[in-house]
Order: sequence, then C-alpha cells, then structure tokens
Amino acid sequence: MKSVIQQFKEQSRVITKDLRHRNLIQTALGKYEIKRDEKKAAFQSWSSARQAAAEIKWEAINHLDKHLPDFVRRLEARGTVVHWATTAETARDIILKIVRDQKARSIIKSKAMTAEEIHLNDALEHEGFEVVESDLGEYIVQLRKEAPYHIVFPAMHLTRGDISELFTRELGSAPTDNPEELTMIARRALRQKYVTADVGITGANFAIAETGMISITENEGNARLTAALPKVMISLLGIEKVLPRMEDLALFLPMLATAGAGQALTCYNSLYGGPRQPGESDGPEQYHVVLLDNRRTELLADAEQRDALHCIRCGACLNVCPIYRNVGGHTYGTTYSGPIGSVITPHLRGLQEWKHLSFASSLCGACTEACPVKIDLHHHLLQNRRNSAHEKPSVIEKITFKIAGFVMNRPGLYAVVKKLARLFQPLHKLVKGTRLDPAYAWTQSRDLPTLPAESFKDWWKKNK
Amino acid sequence: MSDREQILGRIREALTVTAPKPGAHGTGAGHHGPAVSPGPSSTRQWLPLVGDSFEERVALFRTNSAELKTDFQLLNSREELTAALIKLRDADGWKRIGSHQGELTQVACDALGLPVCRTDATYDVRELEQCDAGVTECDALIAQTGSVLVTSRSAGGRALSVLPPHHVVVVRREKLLPDLQAGFELLKSKYAANYPSFISLITGPSRTGDIERILVLGAHGPKKLTILCL
Repeated sequence: MKSVIQQFKEQSRVITKDLRHRNLIQTALGKYEIKRDEKKAAFQSWSSARQAAAEIKWEAINHLDKHLPDFVRRLEARGTVVHWATTAETARDIILKIVRDQKARSIIKSKAMTAEEIHLNDALEHEGFEVVESDLGEYIVQLRKEAPYHIVFPAMHLTRGDISELFTRELGSAPTDNPEELTMIARRALRQKYVTADVGITGANFAIAETGMISITENEGNARLTAALPKVMISLLGIEKVLPRMEDLALFLPMLATAGAGQALTCYNSLYGGPRQPGESDGPEQYHVVLLDNRRTELLADAEQRDALHCIRCGACLNVCPIYRNVGGHTYGTTYSGPIGSVITPHLRGLQEWKHLSFASSLCGACTEACPVKIDLHHHLLQNRRNSAHEKPSVIEKITFKIAGFVMNRPGLYAVVKKLARLFQPLHKLVKGTRLDPAYAWTQSRDLPTLPAESFKDWWKKNK
Repeated sequence: MSDREQILGRIREALTVTAPKPGAHGTGAGHHGPAVSPGPSSTRQWLPLVGDSFEERVALFRTNSAELKTDFQLLNSREELTAALIKLRDADGWKRIGSHQGELTQVACDALGLPVCRTDATYDVRELEQCDAGVTECDALIAQTGSVLVTSRSAGGRALSVLPPHHVVVVRREKLLPDLQAGFELLKSKYAANYPSFISLITGPSRTGDIERILVLGAHGPKKLTILCL
C-alpha cells in the first residue's frame, strides 16, 4: 500500500494539470469571493468583528472546563441524554447502540463533518442500517460513494452534467441540465425518507453553555426536517463547539454566513434545547447529544496551537488557499482539508504521517487573513514543520545544511565552489529535467536560474 | 474511569497552561488574567448598521427581503390582510393549509375558509405534508438580516414552518426589531425560565447552491416565504 504522502504527491501531480477541474473550482470560488466581499463591506468593521469573535472563542476554549459542564448540565436538565466519547470508536458504538435499541429501519442524516471524521455512515451501513444524507451536496457525494470535496460545498467539483448522469443512473430520473430540476429530483426522493425515518442524525455549529442548546446553521431546511420528524434525534459534536452565551450568536451567525458562503445570514439558524417538551406538539421523543473528543484534548494541551480549536468550519481558509485551489479537496485524503485540515490533521491522526500537508504550503498567509476567528494558521503550519523535524530529524537535510554551513563559513572555499559551479553549469543542460538531474525535484516543473558570468563580489572588486 | 471523567480530566490538565491571547502571536504563553471578553453590547457596533426609526427599519427589512426573495407586504388594515391572503390562495390554488392557534392565524384561517391541519396538538405528518401552505405567527422580525424569529411555541411546533411548500407569516409591525442582538434579548426576557425546545431564525425561503453554486429555491424547505405585516 502507498503511503499517504505518496498518494498526495501523485494525485496533486495529476489534478493540477486537469483544466476542467481548475475551471470548475475557479468559477465556483470566484462567485463566492464576490458575494463574500459584498457582505463583508456591510459590516461596520469586519476587522473589529474578527477580533471580538476571536476573543469570545478564546474565552470559550480557555475556560472549557467550566463551559462544557455548564452546557451539559442544562441540556440534561431538560431531558436530553448526553454521551461522552473519548474516541471515534466509542462515538460509533454509542450511536449504534441508540439505533439498535430503537430497532430503526432507516436513518436520515444532515450534514456533520464530525460524522465524516468517525466514518459513521460506514459503521451504520455495515450493521445493516440504511442511512441517507439529506443535504443536497452530501446526498450527491453519497450516491457517488465519495467523501465531501469541501467542508461547506461538498459537490463543488461536479458539473450539472455529472449530477444529471448520476441521478439518471441511481434514481432513474430523466436527464436534465437544469439545476432547479435536479434539485427537485433530490427533493422528491428525500421527502419520503423524512416521513419514514425513525432516527435523525445532525451535527452542530455551536453549543451554547448559558442555555444548554445546540445551534445548527443550514440553507436547505434538511436539518430542520431531520430535527422535526423522526422520533429520535442524535447530534454529534466536537467538545470545542462551545460558546459562552446565547447572544454571542448575534456575532457568530453573520460571521459564519459571510465567511462561509458570502451570505449576510444563512437561511436557517436553529437552536435545539431538548426533546419535545411538555405542551409541544412535535419534535423527537428522545434527544441524544454525543460529545466527541477524538484527540481534541491533545490539541487543547498544545497552548501554541490551541486556537485551532476556535475553528467554526466556515471553509474560508480553503477558499482562498492557493494549494487547495490547485490540488482540490480530495487530494488531501483527510476529513478536514485546506489550511485548517493541514494544521489539525497531524494532531488528530499523527504528526509524522500527516506532516507533509504542512509542507504543501506557500506560507502566503491568505488563510490567516481570511479566518473569521483569527486562527494563526500559517504560523501553525510552520510550527508543525518545526515539531516534525524536531521529533524526527531528516539525515539528508542535516548533512546538506552542515556542508552548506561549512562552505559558507570559509570565503576562500566558497569562491572555489562558485567557480566550479560556473564551470559545470553548461553540463546541467544535458540532464536538466531528467532523472539524472541532481535538482530533478525542482527542475521537472521549474527553471533553475543560471549563474551570472561574474559575481557581485568580483564586480565590486573591479569597480569600487 | 468513565469517558466523561477522562475528557474533563484531560481538559483541566491541558488548561493549566494558558494560550496566548488572540492577535498576540509571538509573545508566548502568558498567565491567567481575568476572563475578559467583549460583551454583546460592544459587538453590535461592528455589525451591519441599522437605523433608529421604524421607517428606516422597515425600509431595511424590505431591501433584505427583496434580496432574499422573500415576499414582504406591509399592510394597513385587517381587510388588506384578508385580501392579501385570498390573493395568495387563489394564485396558487391552495386546497388545504396548516396552521396553529393564534390571534392573527385565526384571522387568516377565517379569511381563507380552507380545511386546516392544526399543529398545536398531536397531528399527522403525512397530512401536514399534503398542505399547500403553513400559516404561522412569530416572535419577531429582524431588520438587520430580514429574518423571522420563530419558536416551537410561537409558530406551531417544529415542522409547520418548514414542511409545506409555502410558509406564510402573519405578524404585527410592533414585532419588528432592529438586530439579532435585540432578538436574543427578547428570547431571554420572554422565555428564560423555560425555553421552547426549538428556536429558529428563518432568513428567506429554503435555498441551495450545491450545484455549480447556482441559487435554487426550495431545496427541502418552503419554496416561498411570504411575510404579511399588519
């Protein structure tokens, strides 16, 4: 089996040459950028709003020992069953048990990156349960048996033609290139699933400590239906989702919408504080909240990168990242792609196996600039590089730098090396870009600048 | 040790070292200061501006509605409300509606004269699914974002405002609030002793951009949102 780094390199090589992919992504993200800038401009001060959001998240995460138990206590007081899961496996077992106890036949699911993280659908299907993704983009990638391409726009890599073909094959619908008709095909197919599903599974965007509620942001209404119709509802969320107060949402909801999709506010922002309460006519009889650690506490223990837990999963850093825009979402091979994925995946899944993502960066800082909660993303990429080198130094690099240091400390020797380099440079042309080229990794896709006939030092000697 | 104790233990252990404050890159980890964070009143000044007068707020709500493709109508009398509802009924050929107990919803149901699926008490989801419109009241309208603030208590449960293909809100103009902050303050003062299990800010009809980022209305929820403001 190939290592993840080999796969990353090979897929990057293929996809960066794929013009169709490039055009799709550029068009989609171009549209996003226009809307995002328009909505940002409506803020009286976007930069102050970012600072305020970062400070509120700092407060939430750095006092998680208070806010998380507060959140749980208030949820439990109103009849919600709260489960704690240290690992992905525990979380899967908890959910499987709830579903089995219900003797559920079908499960409807709204978008949840945490569910992708713990591979929940595979586990449910393996046990023979039917689970249907209800978000349109997620439904499309589920029918394709693919992972979401982007944390906010799961089917951004597909054209309407691709989707029409898929629906014709999987649902037997007539081909069409009209996005509205395609949406209605999915709407009709999923409506029946809602009415018959026994269990609804959701994620969460925020967890409100003050009132014991979860907040779900969505455009389609699928999460609302998931939380309204089945008799059992389960929400799976990471422990870092906490916000101290309900009114913090007055800031976070518009910022999430603006940074995430270029909207002033997402269509539905809903708060759920429990199962159906006395006097209420609908909603689930049982409500379960599953809190997932899955190594988030390890990231919490790294004070330097703790702010990566401030992430609200808006996807803004993906959208502006030159790497993401060239290699696309699937190439990362991770649940969380883009800069935030490159930062946190080494913490969640192992530094040595996933460090290459921190090296696949131009360190341009566009991600840090785009982040609505001011996560210091590009510095964290550097810190991951440092930590990985510290943990497992590369022998070749060490020797190379030793030699370079040795030469550069000796001006006489350095002059000789320069002369030799000029002498041998014409020979480089013969092997350039081939496997024999010692600079192959660089020259296969780039030029190596030629040395000038005369060095500055020599010129200075003559002309000073 | 239970998973709960393990996780809380790890959190406490991790937080013995304090993280640098936001924007303090490179200054290193400091020590615990007082937990200061901007209060809600201070974040209002960074968010999109809302005017002070009722006229300005209505104008903003109208502009936002137009962009969201919400049909917003400001009406001056009960007769106008009745006429607006009948126009909607006849234009789309409604056969039955879903609704709930309320002062204005009662006016609406009387005006429409159609069979009503009431969602206050136990109801059949399949019956509600067959309704052409869901007529609800709400807690507030939010000028800043063009949103309707509903709860399971004010709008007939969780499903009525999302399952039928057309959501019609009937509301008095006194319920127009400036911004989200005011909306959350209202929820607190109204319900803090016992919150409804469902609260939602509805901002336009259901939508998706999942196919080539092209806007399509009515992804899973209502294709149409009409706000009749008396």
